[in-house]
Amino acid sequence: MAKITAGVATSHVPAVGAAVDMGRTQDPYWKPMFDGYEFSKTWMKSNTPDVAIVIYNDHASYFGMEIMPTFAIGVAESFEICDEGYGPRPIPVVDGAPELATHLAASLILDDFDMTVLNVLEVDHGLTVPLSLMFGTPDKWPAKIIPVAVNVVMYPQPSGERCFAIGKAIRRAVEQFDEDLDVQVWGTGGMSHQIQGARAGLINLPWDQQFMDDLINQPEVLQYKPHLEYMIEAGSEGVELIMWLIMRGALGENVDEVYRFNHVPGSNTSVGHLILTPSADTDKTEA
Amino acid sequence: MKPDFEQFKDIPGTTIFTIEKAREGFHLNQFCMSLRKAPNREKFLADERAYLDEWDMTEDQKQAVLTRDFQKMLDNGGNVYFLAKIFATEGLSYVQAVSTMTDMNVEQYQAMMLAGGRNIEGWRSKKERGEA
Repeated sequence: MAKITAGVATSHVPAVGAAVDMGRTQDPYWKPMFDGYEFSKTWMKSNTPDVAIVIYNDHASYFGMEIMPTFAIGVAESFEICDEGYGPRPIPVVDGAPELATHLAASLILDDFDMTVLNVLEVDHGLTVPLSLMFGTPDKWPAKIIPVAVNVVMYPQPSGERCFAIGKAIRRAVEQFDEDLDVQVWGTGGMSHQIQGARAGLINLPWDQQFMDDLINQPEVLQYKPHLEYMIEAGSEGVELIMWLIMRGALGENVDEVYRFNHVPGSNTSVGHLILTPSADTDKTEA
Repeated sequence: MKPDFEQFKDIPGTTIFTIEKAREGFHLNQFCMSLRKAPNREKFLADERAYLDEWDMTEDQKQAVLTRDFQKMLDNGGNVYFLAKIFATEGLSYVQAVSTMTDMNVEQYQAMMLAGGRNIEGWRSKKERGEA
């Protein structure tokens, strides 16, 4: 049986990808941020999953305005890297996990989550920056990836309740997959940031830290936070944080905090990062 | 549930990209998407007006692009992730482009970010700021 063994949350700032690609991670500006991920890369080496389900959003990179799916899942053998206007990032192609992905897509649809199924998908910084932060710069990514794209760009985004619920459904679906696989779920994006308008540059670190606490300890309450509060308190782009709720929903009732990191600024963004594992008592309850 | 698009209007200095704004900005944003391809970026930079005239955009949208008035692009239905293709075409970073929408120059904006970003106090509500 497949099993969800950990959850990762991380911001996915595009400039972080550029810093990796241009060898600037040790520059004074970037070093403190990348130092914060050293623990994670080491932890990941001994906890590399077979498959990571990466919850992310496309930033007008693959999806234009012709089609704007609320929830979409990539079921292909592999995913090419998008050209976001600067040329594609010089990183390995992302290998998919078609068997688990099709099982997951079908399970979710039968559970009333109307997934858009993507047999072709190019992935952007929303997915690739977390890979760089967690895996470094290998010649080949060490895990298969199932991209789950969420619309967080156009209002209305899915509600927090919906995101938390689809996370729970992902957990059930993974546990019903017959192959023995170690699976992680990653929630990406956030934390507070706003990259448009006169209010651009907004950062709200105390709010971000409270969000982390609530995500860990009381996601059942956090799920009801309205979009409006994200947009006021965490900035118009801070609403990406609803994707962290999907990761949290996939971990079960109780979690252990393995690692936490905050850093301001990463370009325009409050960078936040968590590694969580399902508590032993969670597994017992649900067994 | 009846959508409430008005709820965002009290947030100062912020344009929320709603499904309604997305309709308004469709052709502007599609033009931006075309700049994901290198040959289109070259063609656009070679003759911006001619390239824009190939798109079913309003004159206001075209003028906003020609003058790189990002706030005006937002007002006309643009979304920053789409607009990013315009500044990426010129090799500009998000920080460089985003700062133009504020009342700061890029050095002041970068200094604000290094000092912890824009403090939210005073930036929650237009009413509180006396702007509404």
